[in-house]
Amino acid sequence: MSRARLVLGVFVAFMLAAPLLLPEFHVTLLNYIGLYSIVALGLVLLTGVGGLTSFGQAAFVGMGAYTTAYLSTAFGVSPWLTLIAGLALTFAVSVFLGFITLRLSGHYLPLGTIAWGISLFYLFSNIEFLGGYTGISSLPEINLFGLALDTGRKFDYLIWALALLALLSVDNLLDSRSGRAIRALKGGGLMAESFGVDTARMKIVIFVHAALLASLSGWLYAHLLRFVNPTPFSINAGIEYLFMAVVGGAASVWGAVVGAGILTVLKQWLQDLLPRLLGQSGNFEMIVFGVLLVLLLQRAREGIMPLVLRFFPAPKKQLQAAAPELPRRTQPAAGETLLELTRVRKAFGGLVAVNDLSFSLSSGEILGLIGPNGAGKSTVFNLVTGVLPLTGGEVRFRGERIDILSARAIVPHGLARTFQHVHLLPTMSVLENVAIGAHLRGSKGVISAALRLERAEEAMLLAEAARQLERVGLGDSMHEQAGSLALGQQRILEIARALCADPVLLLLDEPAAGLRYQEKRALAELLRKLRSEGMSVLLVEHDMDFVMKLVDRLVVMDFGEKLAEGLPQEIQANAVVLEAYLGGVK
Amino acid sequence: MNAEIALFLIQDGLTNGAIYALLALALVLVFAVTRVIFIPQGEFVAYGALTLASLQLGKLPGTAWLLLGGGLVVAAVELVQAVRLGAVRRIPAILFNYIVIPSALLSLAWWAAPQKPALTLQILLALALVVPLGPMVYRLAYQPLANASVLVLLIVSVAVHLAMTGLGLVFFGAEGSRTPPFSDAQWKLGVLNISGQSLWVMGSSLALIVALLLFFEHTIYGKALRATAINRIGARLVGVSPAMAGKLSFTLAALIGALSGILVAPITTIYYDSGFLIGLKGFVGAIVGGLISYPIAAAGALLVGLLEAYASFWASAYKEVIVFTLIIPVLIWRSFTTHHIEEEEE
Repeated sequence: MSRARLVLGVFVAFMLAAPLLLPEFHVTLLNYIGLYSIVALGLVLLTGVGGLTSFGQAAFVGMGAYTTAYLSTAFGVSPWLTLIAGLALTFAVSVFLGFITLRLSGHYLPLGTIAWGISLFYLFSNIEFLGGYTGISSLPEINLFGLALDTGRKFDYLIWALALLALLSVDNLLDSRSGRAIRALKGGGLMAESFGVDTARMKIVIFVHAALLASLSGWLYAHLLRFVNPTPFSINAGIEYLFMAVVGGAASVWGAVVGAGILTVLKQWLQDLLPRLLGQSGNFEMIVFGVLLVLLLQRAREGIMPLVLRFFPAPKKQLQAAAPELPRRTQPAAGETLLELTRVRKAFGGLVAVNDLSFSLSSGEILGLIGPNGAGKSTVFNLVTGVLPLTGGEVRFRGERIDILSARAIVPHGLARTFQHVHLLPTMSVLENVAIGAHLRGSKGVISAALRLERAEEAMLLAEAARQLERVGLGDSMHEQAGSLALGQQRILEIARALCADPVLLLLDEPAAGLRYQEKRALAELLRKLRSEGMSVLLVEHDMDFVMKLVDRLVVMDFGEKLAEGLPQEIQANAVVLEAYLGGVK
Repeated sequence: MNAEIALFLIQDGLTNGAIYALLALALVLVFAVTRVIFIPQGEFVAYGALTLASLQLGKLPGTAWLLLGGGLVVAAVELVQAVRLGAVRRIPAILFNYIVIPSALLSLAWWAAPQKPALTLQILLALALVVPLGPMVYRLAYQPLANASVLVLLIVSVAVHLAMTGLGLVFFGAEGSRTPPFSDAQWKLGVLNISGQSLWVMGSSLALIVALLLFFEHTIYGKALRATAINRIGARLVGVSPAMAGKLSFTLAALIGALSGILVAPITTIYYDSGFLIGLKGFVGAIVGGLISYPIAAAGALLVGLLEAYASFWASAYKEVIVFTLIIPVLIWRSFTTHHIEEEEE
């Protein structure tokens, strides 16, 4: 049994025994820690993993609490039905809010949630049927299979059972195809989009997930106290929830419990100590919280969990040798025209970066696109991969127009790319990084991931990633963290990730840049091997030596125009090219 | 509603809107230069108002102690850094800036407060006590994180807001204050009564906006801030220190905040935590301008002021709900007009 399982076992045993043994006050604290953990868990997912933030989680807690309070007291609806009603309402509102804010740049979501949190707080406080500032009292107790949960001790089991389920489901989610897509959001999303991840949708998914967890916590809170008023759903509470997630950190879902625990106990202690110290009453703990949070962000931005996790080394991913292979697409016959650029043009304002460029690439060849710095090579690359829109002209792939498609929509046609500046998730294992490439070859979503219903598909995806790593010669490093590899290996990892998408054509953006001599030789070796296996490659590069020894054909660009096209020997002898590279002699 | 009430509400809305506009400008300024979304702006409003209120009662304002405390902490941080870098020559300047000056201001306030000097002198003293807190906050909270993402800086802002609100409670207590108006004059213009106070507010806001414009157009420091806002690395390469730009923009923001507090204090009762909502209303205005455009931010802030005035007439209990819900149509509008290309951070 691993150390992590042992600790989990001890934790569950403690939670089973605690309500029976501890004094009332400590059971109450445990209840609150459980409630807060559920909310903080949503923020670990949203902020820690996904890089988005909400200060308005308390408002979602309030939605869950007020929905059940109103429906169960005014109409006598069973709390189990009001739970569903609260979650449904939260779902609708969070989808709407997510939709309008997540398309904007990162800081609009938190600002929007602050405004929204304040707005909802005043709404709770002023609506008459919600009891205004006095709130709603005498909520019914929850009945579980005929057992009334009428004391804090009994309620504790319900809170922690749900908290544990929530923790495990988020943990499952993160360890899946969707989880990899969510973890890829933080780097900016371009890489994830390039492998077919709908990042906008993924952001809404985690925002909604966090909101639903908050709403669940609100429902529990309302029936634990059997009373609600607006105060615990203020913007300050929303800030405290975020604080919990930051304290715990995103390295593990358990950060939510650790953060909630530390903050709850600390707050209790400070609320006792500070007013006595200062000789007046008030919420002085917020000074300490504020200062601590600033110090934490300055000194230990990853929170406390990385320190804890040092004692629990992550287990190696188990690979099932027997996992069936993913279906592969039929590769085109050698010599078929794959990529065709016709009078492609890109203007940035008055500057024409690419001027009516045309060339084509056939199946089974390595085509090099070269040119001096500023020739427009990378722009062409971005036009082909759908990162930039064209000003004019057409790009066709196997006869179909792809210049009108987004980066995400191009992948399924069989193009996969690497990046000039490597885009990896440094703390994720090499294997999982590569598996992102196979995103579109799986289909199971968030819910099946949380319930572990996608294990068969997951095993196939990981097996494919392992196979591609073996193919490029990185098989021995698959369980290491991607960030620990040397640059040359990271570039090769990117090729393995691209291969995982089962492409017809590989697009490589300056793969040799910054590599040492040996690394370049290994890279060239790999590309030759891939060609011999039938892969086609478009190589954008300015390392002449590397290109000349490798490619079948070359297109030379300068100032956005095609200067020459031909076999490497022809290009080497071409006077115009020599002048562009070496400068003319007049 | 008759014309008289409508006009009165417009006057009321524009008066508050002028203050929100000032705050919106400060927020856009700080964001452009430092990428910090400056939530604690509102605390400077409260500090400014409450400091002036203390002085008017002839009491030593708590901010004087806060200033000295902040000065001591900054001095400690700077001294440690100076010793580590072996920059012993910097020590006298650190001691002078962060210990001698705050002590001198504390002594001055101690001596002057009981004598109840003229209002202008009180205002100047209040500004001298509050404004230096701006660069101190930058030095302590933000400067060590100058390269962090907007998101991390935003969380820091919220943390600073929490801490400053708590400190406000310690130093000013839980009671609210309202200062006497600068002017009791009333003019009749048709059916409308124009109060001297609202003219003061609008006039001062306008004067401050013009002063800022002149500062940005015609002074070397103003140009340095603009350069930093446009291109941080480029500005740094030509010798504009990001730390200087940060401190300067925070000084301006603190000045604008404190002045707004002084202007708003005669209109509404200010508590230690009132600043947050006032500052956020400036924010709603700033967001209308996309946190980029000064004129649109100012116009958005005036709109917030007007909306608030009419909301408090029609549905006063839902005033805040209406004002903060305004952000939703604004965000919808922005999300359909902006084509955002994902910025890469971290």
